[in-house]
Amino acid sequence: MIRAAIALLAVLAALPLFGLPEYFLHLGIATMLSAVACTGWAMMGRFGLVSFGHGAFIGIAAYTMALLWNYAGLTPWIGLPAGVALGMAAAALLAYPCFRLRVVGHYFALVTLAAGEIVRILIVALRNITGGSLGMTPRLSPDNALAAMQLGKHGFWWLAVAVWAFALLAWWWIDRSMSARALTAISEDEDAAASIGIRVTREKMMITLVSAGFAALGGALGAQYRLYLNPESLAGIGISLQIVFGALAGGMYSMLGPTVGAAFTIALEETLRVSFGTAFIGAAPLVYGVLLVLFILFLPRGIVGWFERKR
Amino acid sequence: MEGATLSLEGIRAGYGDFQALFDVGLKVSPGEAVGVVGPNGAGKTTLLRVISGMLRPKAGTARFGSTDIATTPAHMLPAMGIAHVPENRRLFPHLTVEENLKVGAYIPAARRRYAERLAYVFDMFPRLRERRHQLAGTMSGGEQQMCAIGRALMSSPRILLLDEPSAGLAPLVVAQVFALVQRIRAEGLTVLIVEQNVAQVLRVVDRAYVLDAGHVVAEGSSAALASDPKIRSAFLGGH
Amino acid sequence: MDPFLLEAIVNGILLGGVFALPVLGLNLVFGVVDVVWLCYAELVMVGMYCVWFLHTQAGWPLILAFAACLPVVAMLGLLLHLLVVKPLLGSPPITQVLATGGVLFILQGGAMLTFGTDFRSLGVEMPPMEVGEIFVSGTKLVAFVAALVSAAGLWAFLKFTYVGTAIRAIARDREVMPLMGVDPQRIYLVASAVGGGLAGLAACLLVVQLDVHPFIGLSFGPITFMICVMGGLGNMLGGFLAAFLMGVIISTGGFWWNTEMSYVVAFVFFIVVMFARPRGLFAR
Repeated sequence: MIRAAIALLAVLAALPLFGLPEYFLHLGIATMLSAVACTGWAMMGRFGLVSFGHGAFIGIAAYTMALLWNYAGLTPWIGLPAGVALGMAAAALLAYPCFRLRVVGHYFALVTLAAGEIVRILIVALRNITGGSLGMTPRLSPDNALAAMQLGKHGFWWLAVAVWAFALLAWWWIDRSMSARALTAISEDEDAAASIGIRVTREKMMITLVSAGFAALGGALGAQYRLYLNPESLAGIGISLQIVFGALAGGMYSMLGPTVGAAFTIALEETLRVSFGTAFIGAAPLVYGVLLVLFILFLPRGIVGWFERKR
Repeated sequence: MEGATLSLEGIRAGYGDFQALFDVGLKVSPGEAVGVVGPNGAGKTTLLRVISGMLRPKAGTARFGSTDIATTPAHMLPAMGIAHVPENRRLFPHLTVEENLKVGAYIPAARRRYAERLAYVFDMFPRLRERRHQLAGTMSGGEQQMCAIGRALMSSPRILLLDEPSAGLAPLVVAQVFALVQRIRAEGLTVLIVEQNVAQVLRVVDRAYVLDAGHVVAEGSSAALASDPKIRSAFLGGH
Repeated sequence: MDPFLLEAIVNGILLGGVFALPVLGLNLVFGVVDVVWLCYAELVMVGMYCVWFLHTQAGWPLILAFAACLPVVAMLGLLLHLLVVKPLLGSPPITQVLATGGVLFILQGGAMLTFGTDFRSLGVEMPPMEVGEIFVSGTKLVAFVAALVSAAGLWAFLKFTYVGTAIRAIARDREVMPLMGVDPQRIYLVASAVGGGLAGLAACLLVVQLDVHPFIGLSFGPITFMICVMGGLGNMLGGFLAAFLMGVIISTGGFWWNTEMSYVVAFVFFIVVMFARPRGLFAR
């Protein structure tokens, strides 16, 4: 198992060396970074902690990184971890009172949704430095591309493979930890879990921080890769729902589920973009919505979950 | 409304893998008052749930008059004349007494006679008339039990199913509730009552079934059961 | 008091009236069916397009367009329930909410495909009225009064009819309802239709004040959910009051800062309220 995983990673890492077309590298990078965010979301989502606000953490991380670079000249190699840390701090600030006060279920989902909207509107409102709805681009630095984390396709491919493997490793590690069992117990019955000595708030906080961290990492890296940030695609209800959809479509109960879901959504977006272009604006969200509903109705455990049951 | 016979034969029912009733048979003729007694967990509540359609039996036949209970949707049964006062009363605590009674008169036949039925229930339970605008959840246990029975009577039922009407009430109130049951049956309404309070219930019913671990272990007239030494030692203690 | 602040407060109350209808509709559906319609604001959007199309394109009188909008959106609510929510009634809440989130994309995409992304205006404007020292928009005032009348109508329906009483009862105990001859599935249908109808009403009141475009749902959808949660999900009266509270916060926030910051303030206020009263402001 471990040997196979290492071999697979080696193959993945070597792929760019075989002269793959840039377009495929691009799709691969986009898929892997999106997979990191979806995997992060599913880490808590599979334990019944449904957040509609992961966009908040992505937005904070991405804009922190880009603003530090543009205004303070701080390299994204430091700005990105700083942004992710800030995103996790925001998650802690939001989640701790939620968990202590037992804001759960619908209430938790809608509180997190509010958080995502706050970050989105803040980005728009602070348009003097963030560019508002028009978005912003990190200052280009062709002479110092490595320090500016403006790596091009090959470099980002390797970065994406590493981060993606890191996310899966974290999932694998969580699965084998006591925390997974504790969280399963909590998701079934919080009071019962507390009565057998599980520290409910602590366990939930841990998984939330890890989850927010990976979402922020994947999302912010994606922004850095595209060299474009805008509030709609990095914060708010839209991106939050897209992450949830990716996790759900692939299957949030299996390690590779969110990755498959991310690949599916990226493939879907590309297909829709290529086949409709701008001729039928609106066809993409329409198809997207129909598939989302169909998935939930007929494949509630996602693509991977379906295959697992078939076996 | 004219009477109808309730008859159950070979009923098996349960929840998931757990079987609560084994080949239970029971018959209640029009105008009769029949008790089902037995210890906690004997399957008494399950039996009533089968009769009011809340639980589908796995085998057996259940008929009320010409109605096949086992295949009729539960919400159609009140219109056939079955009214069930469930365990723990299950009032709507945030609605007023009168609104609770109004929900009891939801079926079209009852809506047409709403004023008449309301007067009937208020005459039977004057306390409810006094408290008609009070929230049901703020009343005492005995008053809530009256309200629950009143709610069931609003639909002009042909048979009234009572599930542990004495549960959780003070002894004095229990006596009142049983007096009411006697009055209801004196008006000719068929009553099927499930109770743990065996001594009391045998005084108000004509016949009774003894249920234990999902089986009918004895049946007979109240007098016969009350004097049966086995029943006496098992349920009536030293009384 | 500063007349401009007074004007902001009055406008906030008027705005609250506009929020109130979708909040009541969402609460009704949630209280009965136990599902949050994430696409509720998009139902309102469809209603707005419906009025706009019938009035400006098909040439119907405005009143007729309003009258047609209600059954159209009510029907949409029914379809949403039958096609999406009903098959998922036994599923975890997350999947139900997400499925209605999918419908959000469907309605948005459908609107873009059908009407494009242009802002569409009804072109109806009433002159502002001068009340004492302040000016109040005539359209907003009319919409406000209509919202209050509709809310009163809903209250009477819930209070005095058999079905309305059953709706209030089912929110507390759905399992016991068949014992009273109530078919819960039918009550779900009624609640979904009425919930849709309220979205249609809200659409009529909004389309006279705002231009309609496919993304307009996103501009008031999130705030609507927050008002519901603040008032206590399923708590009609709480939601109704919270709508006015939020309206005033946003409007006065706009007076002190700017529109966007006022929404930030409103959202932050919401989160603080949730921490202070996790079951809503008016939870008992």
